[in-house]
Amino acid sequence: MPLRLYQHKQLMLKILKYSFYDLMRSRWSYVYFLFYLALGFVLLFLNNDLSKAVITLMNVIIVLVPLISTIFGVMYFYNSKEFTELLLAQPLKRSSIFLGQYLGVASSLTMSLIFGLGIPFVLYGLFRSDTIWDFSLLLITGAFLTLIFTALAFNIALSNENKIKGFGYAVLLWLFLAVIYDGLFLLSLIVFEDYPLDSYSLVATMFNPIDLSRTLILLKLDISALLGYTGAVFKSFFGTNLGLLVSIAMLLIWTILPIWRLAYKSKRKDF
Amino acid sequence: MIVFKLPLTVFILFMGASLWGKTIEVCSSCKVKSIKEGVALATDFDTLLVKKGTYREFNIVIDKPLTLMGEEFPVIDGEDQGEIITITSDNVTVDGLFIINVGTSYTSDYAAIRVVKSKNFLIQNVVLEKLFFGIYLEKSQNGRVYHNNIVGDAVEEFNSGNGIQLWYCQNIEVDQNIVQHVRDGIYLEFSDNITIKNNTSSNNVRYGLHFMFSNDDIYENNHFENNGAGVAVMFSKKIRMLNNVFRKNWGTASFGLLLKEINDAEISGNTFEENTIGINIEGSNRIAYENNGFIKNGWAIKVRGACYTNSFRNNNFLYNSFDISYNSKLNDNVFEKNYWSNYTGYDLDKDGIGDVPYRPVKLFSYIVNRTPETIVLLRSLFMDIIDFSEKVSPVFTPDNLLDAMPLMKKSE
Amino acid sequence: MIQIDSLHKNFGKNQVLSNLDLEIHGGGIFAVLGPNGSGKTTLIKSILGMVVPNKGSITVLDKRIKKNWKYRQEIDYLPQIANFPGNLRVKELIRMIKDLRQKESKELELIKLFGLEPYLDKKLGTLSGGTKQKVNIVLTFMFDSPLIILDEPTTGLDPASLIKLKQLILQEKNRGKTILITTHIMQFVEEMADEIVYLLEGNIYFKGSVEQLMTKTKQTDFEHAIAAISTQTADA
Repeated sequence: MPLRLYQHKQLMLKILKYSFYDLMRSRWSYVYFLFYLALGFVLLFLNNDLSKAVITLMNVIIVLVPLISTIFGVMYFYNSKEFTELLLAQPLKRSSIFLGQYLGVASSLTMSLIFGLGIPFVLYGLFRSDTIWDFSLLLITGAFLTLIFTALAFNIALSNENKIKGFGYAVLLWLFLAVIYDGLFLLSLIVFEDYPLDSYSLVATMFNPIDLSRTLILLKLDISALLGYTGAVFKSFFGTNLGLLVSIAMLLIWTILPIWRLAYKSKRKDF
Repeated sequence: MIVFKLPLTVFILFMGASLWGKTIEVCSSCKVKSIKEGVALATDFDTLLVKKGTYREFNIVIDKPLTLMGEEFPVIDGEDQGEIITITSDNVTVDGLFIINVGTSYTSDYAAIRVVKSKNFLIQNVVLEKLFFGIYLEKSQNGRVYHNNIVGDAVEEFNSGNGIQLWYCQNIEVDQNIVQHVRDGIYLEFSDNITIKNNTSSNNVRYGLHFMFSNDDIYENNHFENNGAGVAVMFSKKIRMLNNVFRKNWGTASFGLLLKEINDAEISGNTFEENTIGINIEGSNRIAYENNGFIKNGWAIKVRGACYTNSFRNNNFLYNSFDISYNSKLNDNVFEKNYWSNYTGYDLDKDGIGDVPYRPVKLFSYIVNRTPETIVLLRSLFMDIIDFSEKVSPVFTPDNLLDAMPLMKKSE
Repeated sequence: MIQIDSLHKNFGKNQVLSNLDLEIHGGGIFAVLGPNGSGKTTLIKSILGMVVPNKGSITVLDKRIKKNWKYRQEIDYLPQIANFPGNLRVKELIRMIKDLRQKESKELELIKLFGLEPYLDKKLGTLSGGTKQKVNIVLTFMFDSPLIILDEPTTGLDPASLIKLKQLILQEKNRGKTILITTHIMQFVEEMADEIVYLLEGNIYFKGSVEQLMTKTKQTDFEHAIAAISTQTADA
């Protein structure tokens, strides 16, 4: 590895480390962690059944993780303005600062998610059950959504000096991707129901990370229902590993694009 | 081997004790070199002992009461010429043969073993491969098809035959057979008082088990998996379907069980797991569904067309994408004391029964029926909101379609 | 030390720096003065690379700073509002900055000088404004860099600490360093500054010593001299 790149990476990791420490000490990561811990225990207590709890969680996760990541991301960005400025005056590359902070937030959120949910499920005998794959998928999806929505939140915050505006946009973004998008999507499907829609509906799924994660979950939980549809495109998408591969690839793109924009925009921003 | 030997010994003792027939050995170095020759030489109630080897023969007609017994699975190779064994006499037993290469025809239904207008037959321990039709029973009675293994290589419906076929038969028992890769695993037409049990029918092109115009039959403890379209029971009365397993029938027109014009049936103790549709019901009345498990199906039950006075009690509906789908606003069926994993109610009086009724039909299932592509929106928050509003005030779903006494725990 | 050529910067429609040229050679204390909104902070932040100029070039220690970040290794900067990450302890913050810069440092001496020992294990969020500013000063002066930039260094300091700060600045100056200061305390400027850079409407209106300023404005008092520049502009 060239020396410069190595230094860049070293410094970024240092910032990641300090952001992470900072967050690990903040009340909010505990709240988040405890929330998942409580959610896990309550679901297991109410359902008394691992696989049912996992299914309920999947429905919850794809909506809740984006909401929390977005709000938390925006909040952290604005709250750490001074920290950022302190770092900006240090001999550090801009992108190391922002990527470091981003990864710090995203990783602390991911850890809260994994441990918060992991502990109750492991105590309940996850390793001795066959739901472990469903549960891993749940955590992978949750991790992806955390990475994506934290990155989107950082982008919003970076582009909006005004905190209130930034929060507003972040919540709107969540509302749009979690609810409104699907409403419009459904409407378009019903309006154009006379046309072949299978490719369209798959493509429309790709443009929303929440829908993509939902697709991953559908592939695991609802494959029997999905294969009831006639379309050939559907069949090759859901019936083979294609769906899984494409969804994961798209989620990766969804993760990389906002991170790239974050690095790009941060280089051109004034502080 | 022990399982194998015991009935065989009993059988031989039985035959030996009661009929006093003689035994004719058939092998390449014996005096009798072919089965046909053996049949011709034999007198009633003789046993033809076919020794290990390959016999290239077809159109073997057994027209007298004989026992055709293979030793160490001799191969009868029909060389795709046509039918291989045809039984036209009563009291015939076929045991322990390996029959291959039945001829395929578009005009005649060539079978490996055909039983025509006969009584008291037994076909057991037979292995069939490369077949067109397997065991074809026609206008026969009081027979038994036991412990056979039928493995075809069917790819398409139009040029393949059925594994075990019953046509105008009565009082037949089909037990412990394995049927794979044929058109219909087991097919019944105009056959009454038939018992089908402990069979495994899987990977067949069309149906694992198929009833047409057959009444008073029972099938139990069978395992049906990954058949093109599952199991179909059509135009039949008083069929009892007990403790069977229907698994992994995936596809557009696939279901665990298809009921069409079925009346007065009993369906209980069955497991429907990971099928696109667990049970597809059309025009079927007075059916009691009890103690069945519906697990991880796309649709546990899809009701199309007129279905009246059916009752669903003590069933477990676990993790199905949709529990019930209905296409009309009328409901005359009863749902009671079932366990629904999607139920979110509570039980304050702790009597094991949820205090709020469960509505198994989601509005979303109507939308999917109308525009199938919307299935990609399954589990979307938007859909949950819509379903919730429908739950609160039903507009599209039948008002009385509910389980007023949903169980809080799985029914055992 | 610092060379700035035709620097332009605007925030939206608001032109903050227009065609600014500035040359600062090594050694001495330079006070960057000017009315509110004259572009002081923007100028400093441009030198630090926190603000990206629209046009023009900046060279620090013979290195062009565009797309460069390593030159900041040679700058110690004291930011205006010392709000640090609240969850870190003072000790940890110092350790972190040391870790990031990987440079020799003399923080112990400074901690003692400002009497910060009791606060080392306290979280930054719990500190008073004055204490935070002291921490800020420690972080700035603990490294040995040729260029020091101080943005309102006197904010929140008690008189005793102010004296210590002044001593510190003079000490660094005597070691041949270049020190850039912005402040509103004219007395501080008069006492400390070797040279004044007066900014007005995004450009350098005056650059020279305190004496030269007084001669130019025909004032005998420094504060009046500064006031005079402002009025002259207002008249102009």
